[in-house]
This record gives sequence, structure tokens and C-alpha cells, in this order.
Amino acid sequence: MLAKRIIPCLDVSAGRVVKGVNFVELRDAGDPVEVARRYDEQGADEITFLDITASSDDRDIILHMVEHVAEQVFIPLTVGGGVRTVADVRRLLNAGADKVSINTAAVTNPDIVAEASGKVGSQCIVVAIDAKQTAPGKWEVFTHGGRRNTGLDAIAWAQRIEALGAGEILLTSMDRDGTKNGFDLGLTRAISDAVRIPIIASGGVGTLEHLAQGVSEGRADAVLAASIFHFGQHTVQEAKTYMRERGIEVRL
Amino acid sequence: MTDVAVIDYGMGNLRSVEKAIEHVAGSAKVRVTDDPDVVMRADRVVFPGQGAMPDCMAEMEARGLHQAVVAAAAQKPFLGICIGQQMLFDHSQEGDVTGLGIFAGQVRRFPDDKMIDAAGLRLKVPHMGWNEVWHHGEHPLWRDIPDGDRFYFVHSYYVDPEDPAVTAAHTDYGLRFTSAVARDNIFAVQFHPEKSARAGLQLLTNFMHWNP
Repeated sequence: MLAKRIIPCLDVSAGRVVKGVNFVELRDAGDPVEVARRYDEQGADEITFLDITASSDDRDIILHMVEHVAEQVFIPLTVGGGVRTVADVRRLLNAGADKVSINTAAVTNPDIVAEASGKVGSQCIVVAIDAKQTAPGKWEVFTHGGRRNTGLDAIAWAQRIEALGAGEILLTSMDRDGTKNGFDLGLTRAISDAVRIPIIASGGVGTLEHLAQGVSEGRADAVLAASIFHFGQHTVQEAKTYMRERGIEVRL
Repeated sequence: MTDVAVIDYGMGNLRSVEKAIEHVAGSAKVRVTDDPDVVMRADRVVFPGQGAMPDCMAEMEARGLHQAVVAAAAQKPFLGICIGQQMLFDHSQEGDVTGLGIFAGQVRRFPDDKMIDAAGLRLKVPHMGWNEVWHHGEHPLWRDIPDGDRFYFVHSYYVDPEDPAVTAAHTDYGLRFTSAVARDNIFAVQFHPEKSARAGLQLLTNFMHWNP
């Protein structure tokens, strides 16, 4: 049976891991290669890098970082953040990324999803959706870190990007992101049931139980988390053991 | 010194394949190439692929690689990966395209009506993630890889060989499909060994040591 995936997410800026990573025996907690290797050893199924580099002068640094990680870590790597054009997608893939996540650019110019998936294949194209609840059973798509409402219905938007050729959806609840209160399970399930492509649930994980709920109640195909792993609260291995005990298929 | 050619026909990123083989290759020289002569001279050949099979076939033909691929598959240790496996077959439903015909059989899309799991929920397509690979008999490329070990998959089509004897492994996803084929000097897999952590690196190591 196909395993549900656990994906640690790392924020990087100018080629360095930020937000702190707290592993024992790590020489340099900011070195993306070292951090990625550690997650690989723990059994991470994929790793996602979110580039939050502020200065456009430093944007190309992510390419070198991806090259270094891809030389040493042999699991799928997704890179997102600041991807605006098909050329950006290609450069990241050529550096060694396996998938590229597109967020704001997909909203402002949906054709980029079709164009990119047509050029490099749907399997490489992840579309990130940041959603907020606006009424019971209704969620809308936000951009700019949850500050700007696009007015797009999240379910309709998910179906639209699927039709445009997205291979996967990275779904973040902006209501839950950073709260440690667990995924928005209603949102996750609504989107997962509405499309045929895989869904990665994101935003709000504070406990191992939250990860399991994302799969069992949210029907996500993969779960993404950052702080629960970064600060040494849990290893990926512990998360998988916990999920297996609850009858969820995982790669151990 | 061993020369390994990774065939590049301009479809997608071969860096992962190159780096993973370099990682296990020891003193072997790994070359990503679209030059038929380099493929002809190589000791071992890796035939990767991603994206859509019609595009892959067209790009391979456009680069004059058809004959070199067929010749390599006839005599050298040859490893097909993902679309590189599918292209070895007669024909694909994807774009109704003709393949290389090195294996008799079809490449089929996961059928909608079978994409239901044990709990009655819909299975997603593409089949994306880590799934179990169950060996059909022994093969040097399975050395030190436990039966049922998980590899990373991402695909919407699978191969359906006419001769069941060429199936080297199967995987279950809605239906049971052939996830690896082997015959003589050819081994080809639907999953991505270059992205399959320890199990994948072991398979690539085994390929580098394989003397069919």
C-alpha cells in the first residue's frame, strides 16, 4: 500500500536555514545540507524548502543551496517561495529540485501552472494554496502571507489548478498556521475530496496526534510540519511510529 | 575504468540521477549525454525519463538516439527509470504513442474505476509517494534489498507486459501493476531509485556491479 508521507519544512533565507533547528550533534544548525541529511536519516519522505529571502539580490543563492543538498540527500526535494516564472521553475529543477511550489504567481497568472506543467510535467508542479475560513464550510484563497484576500473560493480554485495541470496541492490553513492547534481538518477534507491529485496538509501542527488527524480525518496524502521537528520536540521517526500505531500506512 | 552514460534527451532534470549514480559509482565515470556515440561507447547505460511519454519519444528521436538506445539495450547493462521503462514497450495509451518495442506490451493509465482503496476512498492519481515493491524471484539488482521495501513513485501510467516472465516486481495501487521488468541485460523500474533513499542507492549500487 502507498504510504502517507511526512514532510519536514525548512524556511531558508539567503541559503541558510532560519527559524532555528535544534538537533543534537548538529555542527551548524543553519546549514541546509546538514539539516536535510538529518531529516533524511530520521526517515523523512520528502523535504520542502521555503525560500523567504527578502532581497532579490540574494535570490540565486537558493540555487546553489539546492545543488548542494541534491548532491547528498536522495529523497524528493520541493522548493517554493518567490517562484514567478517558468524560467524560475526550470532553474530550480536544473539545480536539483524535484518539485517546485508556486503560490502567488499562480493566483495572479494561472497560465503559469499550465505552461510550467506542460513544459516540465505535472509531477514537478506543486501549487500552494493559503486558505482562510470566511464562513461555515467556506474558505477563500489568500496571498501575501494571509494578508490579501483574493476572493477566490478555495475549493473551486483547487479544482481549477488541477485542471490546469498541477500535480499536487500544498494546502495551508492561514487560520491555523503557527497556532499549534492542529490542521483545519474541515478545509483539508473538503479540498482532498474535491480533487484527484494528492494533498499535502499544512499549518497548525503542534502534536503527533495532529499529524495523524490530518491523514485520518483530513484525508491528506501527506502532512507537512516545521516547528514540531525543528525544536527537537519530536523526530520524524517518532511521528511515523505514532501514525503506524494508529493504523496509518507509513514508511518505517 | 567504467563509463556510465545517462541518456539525456532534454526532458526534465537528470541531475538527481547523475548525482545518485556518482554517489555509488566509486571510480566509474558518469556522463550525462545526448551523443549517440558516447552511448555506444559506454560500458553501462541508464535511460531515465520524466514528463509525458509522447514528448520523451519525440525528443529522443529528434536527437537521433533511437538506434543507440536499442543497441545499448541489446548488449550492455541497461537500466530504465520511470518513462525510461515505459518507452521500452510497444505502445502507450498516453498520447497513443509508439514505443521502442524492446518489451512486448502496453503502457496503460490507472483506470478511474479501480482507483478505490480498501476503505472505499478514492485513490489519487498520480500515484505519488513511497510504495512497496514485491520481487518476482531473485535478481542481482535486488541484492540486499528486502522484499516489499518501499521506493518513491510518481506516475499516472504503468507498464503491462505481454510476457509475465519479464515482471521482476509488482506493486499494488488500486490494481496490481508491474513495477520492474528484467530480461537478460535489461532492468527497468517504474519508481525512482535516485530518490528512494537507502533502498534506491542500493539498487543503483547493484546495477553498477551487475555483469549479466
